[in-house]
Amino acid sequence: MKSSHEPGQLLVVDDNRVNRLLLTRALEQNDHHVSNAENGRIAMEMLRSKPYDVILLDIDMPEMNGFEVLEALLKDDELRYLPVIMTSASDELDRVVKCIEMGAEDYLVKPLNPVLLRARVNASLEKKRLRDEQRKLFRTFATPAVAEQLLRDGFTLGGKYVTASIMFCDIRSFTTLSEKAEPSEIIELLNDYFALMFDAITANNGTVNQMQGDGLMAIFGAPAYYENHREQAVNAALEMIELLRGLNEQRAIQNKSEVKIGIGIATGKVIAGYTGTQHRATYTCVGDTVNLAARIESHTKVAGKPILIDHYTREGLPDQIQVEDLGEVLFKGKQQPVQIFVVNT
Amino acid sequence: MPVIDVTTFNELKQMSGEDFINELIDTFLEDAPKMIAEIKSGLAANNADTFRRAAHSMKSNAATFGASQLAALAKELEMLGKENKLHEAGDKLKTLEEAYASVRDELTGMKS
Repeated sequence: MKSSHEPGQLLVVDDNRVNRLLLTRALEQNDHHVSNAENGRIAMEMLRSKPYDVILLDIDMPEMNGFEVLEALLKDDELRYLPVIMTSASDELDRVVKCIEMGAEDYLVKPLNPVLLRARVNASLEKKRLRDEQRKLFRTFATPAVAEQLLRDGFTLGGKYVTASIMFCDIRSFTTLSEKAEPSEIIELLNDYFALMFDAITANNGTVNQMQGDGLMAIFGAPAYYENHREQAVNAALEMIELLRGLNEQRAIQNKSEVKIGIGIATGKVIAGYTGTQHRATYTCVGDTVNLAARIESHTKVAGKPILIDHYTREGLPDQIQVEDLGEVLFKGKQQPVQIFVVNT
Repeated sequence: MPVIDVTTFNELKQMSGEDFINELIDTFLEDAPKMIAEIKSGLAANNADTFRRAAHSMKSNAATFGASQLAALAKELEMLGKENKLHEAGDKLKTLEEAYASVRDELTGMKS
């Protein structure tokens, strides 16, 4: 899969030499810059002398273990927002839960799966980037007087009309799926699913701006404008289906049920801007196109096809992306029927 | 059960790159005897923490290379260390050493 991810500055912390070598090598294969440390104490020294984007942290280490590192990070104003991915054996998930409670972002199970390694590191890098942007935003805009107003009223920044492609995605029959599985399995599944979807979307210059339950919303063409945002959105959708196929192959081996998703994409004018409070800001957009994308996504259930798009999106696609005309569909709350296309997967 | 699970090993090879797998094997073969020595000295000194930590490392590396049986044996020792029951180790350590010897021979043959 092609990737437009920026390489990150990563720190691998593990007392085990084989693990350290392998992780370092695997991440370097994905073009990241990787340093490593053999225990928490050395890691903290390195973190204080140079900026890093993501830490991959082992739990069991001499001198200073993973828990102690998380504690130290939390106490440090500069380092507390640094995403940490725990790397642990599959039989120590109870300890991973404690790490997540202590502020770790995510975890990976050793032996490592290369696809999940890439996806989760990229997702954490993206979160780091968003956090850095938010911090910059607040530093830039939040004078004491403004900060007070923000606390009181919330705020909008740079709200304007933009033309963008909006994507909605969720898991088909998630309720049935979750009734059959253990809670820990569901969380594991959601983590894998979101990491993979995130990866496909950001690799195609999209921005995930909402995650709720098993669903997500993404914007293409804003905040950064790309002329081919329609193509990028559809390419992301195709990659999402492809990555999910890989996940399902793995689940089949483990005798777990198949995960299916529906994706709806609509293109048009939306109102976009930063909204939020002093504690949390997010890029968001609203408007008819957003509602339409959500309706189209719902319609994938009826149509029995994983990717549906509206005709404005269709008009922006190159010939090599093949679509099928599904005809006009009248959506709830719309006056006019909308011509819908199936993207062939 | 094969000494090394080929699927896991090939995945590892793919992730690390063909040229890197030898270095990874050499590192393991260099470190594993130290781990076994630490398990032994932990047992002799009745130091459950040293014992457990070394068994944990052995388990982790064995799993990485797809040495499932060795990983399972190391895990049993790790559990004994965790529960502070080193006296129950008995023949398990010897079995682990034998399993490691097979893994070592197999991995040496799998170098490219």
